[in-house]
Amino acid sequence: MEKFEIRNLNLHYGAFHALKDVNMKIKERTITAFIGPSGCGKSTFLKTLNRMNDLIPECKIEGDILLDGQDIYRNFDVNDLRRDVGMVFQKPNPFPMSIYDNIAYGPRTHGIKNRSKLDEIVEQSLREAAIWDEVKDRLKKSALALSGGQQQRICIARALAVKPSVLLMDEPTSALDPISTTKVEDLVARLKEHYTIVIVTHNMQQAARVSDKTAFFLLGEVVEYGSTEEIFSMPKDKRTEDYITGRFG
Amino acid sequence: MKRKVLEKGMKVLFLLMATVSILSVLLICIFMLISGVPAIREIGLFDFLLGSKWSPSGNAYGIFPMIVGSVYVTGGAILVGVPVGLLTAIFLARFCPRKIYRPVKTFVDILAGIPSIVYGFFGMTLLVPLVRTYFGGNGNSILTASLLLGLMILPTIISITESSLRAVPESYYEGALALGATRERAVMTTVFPAAKSGIMAGIVLGIGRAIGETMAVIMVVGNQARLPSSILDGVRTLTTNIVLEMGYAEGLHREALIATGLVLFVFILLINLCFSLLNRRKEHE
Repeated sequence: MEKFEIRNLNLHYGAFHALKDVNMKIKERTITAFIGPSGCGKSTFLKTLNRMNDLIPECKIEGDILLDGQDIYRNFDVNDLRRDVGMVFQKPNPFPMSIYDNIAYGPRTHGIKNRSKLDEIVEQSLREAAIWDEVKDRLKKSALALSGGQQQRICIARALAVKPSVLLMDEPTSALDPISTTKVEDLVARLKEHYTIVIVTHNMQQAARVSDKTAFFLLGEVVEYGSTEEIFSMPKDKRTEDYITGRFG
Repeated sequence: MKRKVLEKGMKVLFLLMATVSILSVLLICIFMLISGVPAIREIGLFDFLLGSKWSPSGNAYGIFPMIVGSVYVTGGAILVGVPVGLLTAIFLARFCPRKIYRPVKTFVDILAGIPSIVYGFFGMTLLVPLVRTYFGGNGNSILTASLLLGLMILPTIISITESSLRAVPESYYEGALALGATRERAVMTTVFPAAKSGIMAGIVLGIGRAIGETMAVIMVVGNQARLPSSILDGVRTLTTNIVLEMGYAEGLHREALIATGLVLFVFILLINLCFSLLNRRKEHE
């Protein structure tokens, strides 16, 4: 099953042509990695998938993005879209409230008020994000007191609590230490069982380790998109090869 | 050599200028205490603060009605000014289209610069008749003063709230949107609470401004030194009590008015103390 289908996507920031004719299909329950040098458009592209670019004035988008066959710009209420397509940011951004309230924020937003139902969702989400054992005794404490790696897993749990089908991750480990990074990567690999995951990363080993498919972006274009194994072992395009062997980037 | 002397000289000059404020506050404190305390001692602290009769000719100096008057009028101003101010600030910081931001901001700034006597005239010629017509009474009342003061504290509340809202990391807002929250919900449940201590500080400063205001209040509040029984009654505040009588007071009467100022001064100090406590907590977070 295709989760996302992107057809002829062009995106302009004012006069800057940030994404050029992007075409891509993303399969359900796979991990897709976007790699490429800074400013290549990979994060911009990720943010069009849940319409976070709507926040930027001057941002003009042409082309079609279909989620489960529905156009996300025409057939979706933006809040429903973001509920189904969750996002984890580069810098962990837990809200300045308790761990419990962080996780319960999404469900409450969507109208769940029942205390025991919320308790259940919080526990389940924290377990799914592999952080339940670390925080179960301090759910009422501020989430800001946790370490960076724990905060990022809280953010993942928070995103999972609204039961999305897709999880977008924008360089989720770039602000973390190696041990926390490993934990998040293991978690991502496990989440694939239930979720479609799209991850932007600067770290090529990470892309190679966790993803099924990889897209290489350069100057707003998708240079190459294919199975991760192929991209890393026998890239078709010279530019991809140069990038993954570290000749630029 | 010459440059060094100049540098040193400037340093001393800066330091001297900085001590002007400190010295002034200390001098005012000392002056208020020296001239206010004897009257309180003579009248008796209890009779002075809690006495409900103010009649200088009858030798009764109880300022309780004025304390109540100040508290009512200030409380009313908060009820009027805080909701309007907070919502305006949220609008300016988060929802204002760029085209109308400048004009709105300019008008808020102008509001801050209008002299209080002009507010007083506005209150006297417009608000007093309006309150008289629509609510009853003679129009000079707690309600009228509250409305007017609520308007006067708007700029303080708006500007401090707006800047503390702007200081909240954008990532909270984005995080909430990414969970499917509407823009309003994202602002009200993540950005707004995160700016809470700054907003409280703005409210406290607004209280300070309202309780100390004199000229505008005197023109709309009725100035009867009595305990009010409704918000349509006129009252007298601590500040207006002083202005109304200082011109002809002498002896104990004069000292009692200065002591009234001392009470007001203590209120202001307490409010400032709250303000710095709030700020300190903000730095710790």
